[in-house]
Amino acid sequence: MNIPAKKGSIVLSCLQVKNIQTHHVGPLSLTVTGDAAVSLRGQSGCGKSLLMRAIADIDPHQGEVLLNNTPREEFSGSQWRKNIGYLPAVSQWWGDYVREHFDEKIDQHQISKWLAALGLNQAVLEAATATLSSGERQRLALIRLLANRPQVLLLDEPTASLDPENVTRIETLIGNYQLQHKSAVMWISHDHQQLQRVASRHFIIKQGTLIEQEAAWR
Amino acid sequence: MALITLTPWDLSLAALLIVALAALSFQMQLGLSRSILIAALRTVIQLILIGLVLKFLFNTTHFGWVVLVAMVMLLAAGREVMVRQQRRFTGTHSFALGTLSLFISTVLVTLLVLTVIISAEPWYSPQYAIPLLGMMFGNTMNGIALGLDRLTQTAWQQRDVIEARLMLGQTPQQSISDIRRESIRSGMIPVINAMAVAGIVSLPGMMTGQILAGAAPMEAVNYQILIMFMITAGTGFGTIFAVTMGARHLFDSRERLRLDRLQKAIV
Repeated sequence: MNIPAKKGSIVLSCLQVKNIQTHHVGPLSLTVTGDAAVSLRGQSGCGKSLLMRAIADIDPHQGEVLLNNTPREEFSGSQWRKNIGYLPAVSQWWGDYVREHFDEKIDQHQISKWLAALGLNQAVLEAATATLSSGERQRLALIRLLANRPQVLLLDEPTASLDPENVTRIETLIGNYQLQHKSAVMWISHDHQQLQRVASRHFIIKQGTLIEQEAAWR
Repeated sequence: MALITLTPWDLSLAALLIVALAALSFQMQLGLSRSILIAALRTVIQLILIGLVLKFLFNTTHFGWVVLVAMVMLLAAGREVMVRQQRRFTGTHSFALGTLSLFISTVLVTLLVLTVIISAEPWYSPQYAIPLLGMMFGNTMNGIALGLDRLTQTAWQQRDVIEARLMLGQTPQQSISDIRRESIRSGMIPVINAMAVAGIVSLPGMMTGQILAGAAPMEAVNYQILIMFMITAGTGFGTIFAVTMGARHLFDSRERLRLDRLQKAIV
């Protein structure tokens, strides 16, 4: 079941996570809506990425997840993951050329706009993947994900190895996408100031449980 | 042209070659003498036993006995496919997958050939059925084992890539398509190559055997062509089936990659 975003009537996306339990994480519950991005932090190995993998339904786990009140089980795994865009910390490129990683039916105009917004040249689409720099890979991976028009964005350190200029570009692009599509955004980072900038609700994972905080500092 | 019978004395002379090889390997400290002698002994015992079985089968020509021998061959080949995997599927799936693929390819192709093409009287005459099945199992087994081994090994190594493709909303079939194609190719290429060089580089064993036994060369050639086609078709269909089913089993009903369905690598 694909929920197409109708023109003119974009619904506020709502991701409900109920009693998720995966490895040493959980059970934990959380609701993310399209009007308030959520930040997530915690020490290395605390299970931030495991939680995102569980929401994206990549690992076997317990618990329920709903998108706009529709239980995950009503989607096939692949349909679900088209709607739940998970950006892992390290991107993978399997084809020889960048172009192979994009659907043939993509909205070329939109891709061009995103490329420009992230300071990338049109020609990068025809480049060989082996010649990409790590920063180019990271930015292209985000565009590749957005091309699916996900209603939820799970971002696992999306700016980890970028220079300040590109960090700002990514933050702006994601902010605009969220506003335009009313998508629910969950952002993992180790940079407190960034989390303060990009999210309005803040969570930390400690000993497998989720604690809401007033700010991303403490 | 009558067949020249080999006496035990003739074979003993040939055995001296093996003993000489074992002695040389002992002197050169290759650590192979024991293996050479044991393997040679196994060859003698196993072949004498199958000779006795065939002698009995040819005298009775009973359908039940032919089926029984075919079953034993099938299960032995299925086990062989399983033990050749470095990363097998857990549980009974590994054995079942190999055996089912062998059955579908080998048994069905051989049945077709026996009933429609050779049509001996009766069609299950052990003289035709057993050697054909033996050659088919021996070859399709290789293709299926190669294909499955490649599939599970590559899926293990490329876990991150497969998962990344799934995360972008690809279906399991899309996410593993490259690996599946390569695995099927690696299972099929040896038989395709064998067809390409038959007669030029290698004189196939069965044809050689028939000629030695006194058959006219063109008769032997016809049979060899038939066998080559059977082996290629059986290996091809069997490998495609095994790899396709194996690739499916790597994913669960939620379309997640489940490498926990593979055992640890056997070194």
